[in-house]
Amino acid sequence: MDKIPILKMGQFLLVTIQVDMHDRLAMTLQDDLTRMVGTSGAHGVLIDISALDIVDSFMGRMLSSIASMTRIMDAETVVVGMQPAVAITLVELGLSLPGVLTALNVDKGMEMLTTRLGSSRGDSKASHEDD
Amino acid sequence: MPKTDKSTIQMIMARKKEILKAWLEAQYDSKSIRLDLINKGELATQSEDFLDAFVDAIKTENLTDISAPEYKYVVQMLGDISRSRTRQGFSPSETAMYVFSLKDTLLHFLQDAFSDKPEELNKEVLRFSKLLDSLGLLTFEAYTHSREDVIQRQQQEILELSTPVIRIWKGVLSVPLIGTLDSARTQTIMESLLQQIVATESSVAILDISGVPAVDTLVAQHLLKTVSAARLMGAECIISGIRPEIAQTMVNLGVDINVKTKATLGEALKEAFSRIGLRVVRSEAAPERS
Repeated sequence: MDKIPILKMGQFLLVTIQVDMHDRLAMTLQDDLTRMVGTSGAHGVLIDISALDIVDSFMGRMLSSIASMTRIMDAETVVVGMQPAVAITLVELGLSLPGVLTALNVDKGMEMLTTRLGSSRGDSKASHEDD
Repeated sequence: MPKTDKSTIQMIMARKKEILKAWLEAQYDSKSIRLDLINKGELATQSEDFLDAFVDAIKTENLTDISAPEYKYVVQMLGDISRSRTRQGFSPSETAMYVFSLKDTLLHFLQDAFSDKPEELNKEVLRFSKLLDSLGLLTFEAYTHSREDVIQRQQQEILELSTPVIRIWKGVLSVPLIGTLDSARTQTIMESLLQQIVATESSVAILDISGVPAVDTLVAQHLLKTVSAARLMGAECIISGIRPEIAQTMVNLGVDINVKTKATLGEALKEAFSRIGLRVVRSEAAPERS
C-alpha cells in the first residue's frame, strides 16, 4: 500500500493509519492531506493512529507540521488514539507535539472538532484558544 | 605454614560423638537457643550433619583457607542454615552463636587433649579459633544477604502497591502520589496512568502531590513528562496538592510547570468536573451540613 486513504465525512476529513508508516508514506500523506483540505473546504481533520505501535521522531514531526499547515488553511487537526507506549516514547524523545490537538478516540475527537467549529462560528474570540 | 598436628585431627575424629553431644548441650544451655523457633530434633540432625562436614573438611589438614574446595560443602551448609534461620526470625548473633558454640566446645576438647603440653595447646587453640571465627563471620554474611533479598522484594511490592490510579468519576482519574518520586516509581506511575486512561476512556487526570515530601527539578521533570504523555493521548492533567513550601521551591528552582495546578484536591475535582461539563449542586432536600 503506497497511499493512506483520506475519507471525507461531512465537513471533516478522516484519516486512519493502519499500516506501519515509513517516511515516504508520511510525506505522501502530508501532500494529499493539505491538497484535500484545500479542495474540500473541510474545517477539521481527524488522524487516527490507534493502530500504530511505533511512531518515530520523523513521524512525530510530521504530525506536528500537518497540524500547523492545516491550521493556516483554517482547519483544525486532531490526533486521536495514541497508544500509551507511543506517548511515552515521544515524550522521552522530547517531542510533546505542541499545538497539536489530541483526543482519546475518534468519537471524542469528532466531538472536540464539532464544539470547536461551533464556537468558532458563534464566537470568534474562542476560536483560537489554545489549551 | 606449620603442619597441623595429626593427633589433634585424629582426636577430633575419634571423639566426634562426644563433641557432638557436648556441642548440643552447649547449644541447649545457651541463652540464644530459640526452641520456640526450632525443635531439638531438627537442631540435632542439623548439628550432626554440620559436624560431619566440618570433620571431613579438616581431615585435609587445611585449617586456614575456607575458600578451598574441601570447605565447599561446609560453607554451603552454613549458608543454608543461616538463610533458613533468617526466615525463621533468628537475630544475627543468635545465628552466629551456632558456630561459636561449636568453637567453645572444640576448645574444651583441645584443652583436655593437650593439658600436659601448653605450647601445643596454645598453637592449636589459635588455629582452631581462627578457622571457626571465619566460619562464624560467614553466617553473618549469609544472614545479611538473605535480609537484603527480603528487603528488595518488599521494595518491589511497595512500588507496585504505591501507585494506585483511581477512577473518581466517569471520565476523571486521580493519582494520589505518596512518598519520594524517583525515576523507577515515576515510570510505573506513568505507565499505569496511561493504561487506565485508555481502559476507562478518561479525559481528565488529577495528579495529587499532597503526599510528596519534596519536589526538586527531577521530580518536576518527571511530572511534566507524565503530563505531556497524557496530553498526547488526549487527556488533560491537573496537578493538585501544591503546598506553600513546594510552590516556593518550584519558583526558586525556576521550574516552569505549564499545566493547570490547584492547591487542593477538591479544587482540582471542581476543575475536572467543569472540563467534562458537570456541575455539582446542593440538592434541595438534603439537610444543611456544616
